[in-house]
Amino acid sequence: MSKFHVTTQVNGDEVEFLCDPRETLLDCLRDKLNLTGAKEGCGTGDCGACSVSVDGRLVCSCLMLGVEAEGKTIETVEGLADGEVLHPLQQKFIERAALQCGICTPGILVAAKALLEKNPDPTEEETRYWLAGNLCRCTGYDKIIRAVMETAAEMREAS
Amino acid sequence: MDYHSPANFAEASALASKATGITRFLAGGTDVLVQLRSELVTPDTLIDIKKIDGVRDITRNADGSWTLGVAVTGAEMSEHPDLGNDWPGLVEAMDLIGSTQVQGRATLTGNLCNGSPAADSVPAMIAAGATVTVTGPKGDREVAVEDIPTGPGKTALTKGEVVSAVNIPSRGESGGDAYLRFIPRTEMDIAVVGVGVNLRLEGDEITEARVSLGAVAPTVLLVEDCANAIIGTSLDGEALEALAAGATAACNPIDDKRGTIEFRTEVAGVLAKRAAKIAYARAKGEQA
Repeated sequence: MSKFHVTTQVNGDEVEFLCDPRETLLDCLRDKLNLTGAKEGCGTGDCGACSVSVDGRLVCSCLMLGVEAEGKTIETVEGLADGEVLHPLQQKFIERAALQCGICTPGILVAAKALLEKNPDPTEEETRYWLAGNLCRCTGYDKIIRAVMETAAEMREAS
Repeated sequence: MDYHSPANFAEASALASKATGITRFLAGGTDVLVQLRSELVTPDTLIDIKKIDGVRDITRNADGSWTLGVAVTGAEMSEHPDLGNDWPGLVEAMDLIGSTQVQGRATLTGNLCNGSPAADSVPAMIAAGATVTVTGPKGDREVAVEDIPTGPGKTALTKGEVVSAVNIPSRGESGGDAYLRFIPRTEMDIAVVGVGVNLRLEGDEITEARVSLGAVAPTVLLVEDCANAIIGTSLDGEALEALAAGATAACNPIDDKRGTIEFRTEVAGVLAKRAAKIAYARAKGEQA
């Protein structure tokens, strides 16, 4: 079976890979580009651990094929920090201990960043609904929601 | 698995016509990829329709009707400045499906062609009187949405046919629609019962109505008895009871862990009344 040659932009860099059409974008990010931040939790779009942004739209990378990435602009959790300087959400998640095992964290960070870009001043309810597709089996969500709300407040003040 | 991304629907149809084995069209992929990954359905031929011009467009036509491309996502429908003013029930129904992430990919057409009787957007489309354009080997035909599903996971589309557009009628004056579903949680679940209502008023009197029920039969239903129960009324108590009775009578649900037959039948009547009240208030121009 012939493979497809895909050219796409990931975190600002143009990248290329060869993939089988059955491979998901998540498979390609992890296994071909060595970007292992996005995690496979369920593989069926339920848990959000594989969340990435594609052309500015939050998606589950397990529900998209690698071949569909041709010509797209993709952002993953690896693109959040600016070198050694963490994104405010990452910094706040550490300060507020908004993670335990950490498997869900990359997806939640990418999803929360997408929320704050769309709505810099979300209510707690809006935040909880936005992140409803990101499952965390450790924290009980409260610390995550508080970290996102606090980051939003600080980013509003800073801007 | 062969993967194709044709440049137009005639080419997509031709690819599907000559394909052997299992063929799937790929729009948002939120069902197709899950079935692929869980090895429920492994297509031999996968035809991605997202490279076709116009499939991401939401167009308001000169007569006030709407044409939606088959790859328009739920998020794009919710973000559209005008679509939700004309058809709030339809947009809300689509928005109920899945998470933010799923909304970034999921489409009306995919929800329809997946053939689930519990598909949230389908009762809303049927209530709205939506049709789909189907492109096949013999050209295009327009099919009412209620005529597409034929059973769980089954549609009336024949080999080589692909849905190429969703057509939503003009809203017109004094109309309103609504969709409600019951789920045991607040988000991220599949409808146990869904009800779409669309109606038009003259003064206080309902002159046109369409009522559609989801998740209570092998396919989504268009229930004429429900419409007839409220046409010619001002949605008084008696009309609401007749509406609920019509909905209950139309139910032929399964018993499963998410809802018993008795529960689904009862809730169909309750939701029909509530959705009709919202649609009526919207037709009146009130917030609901």
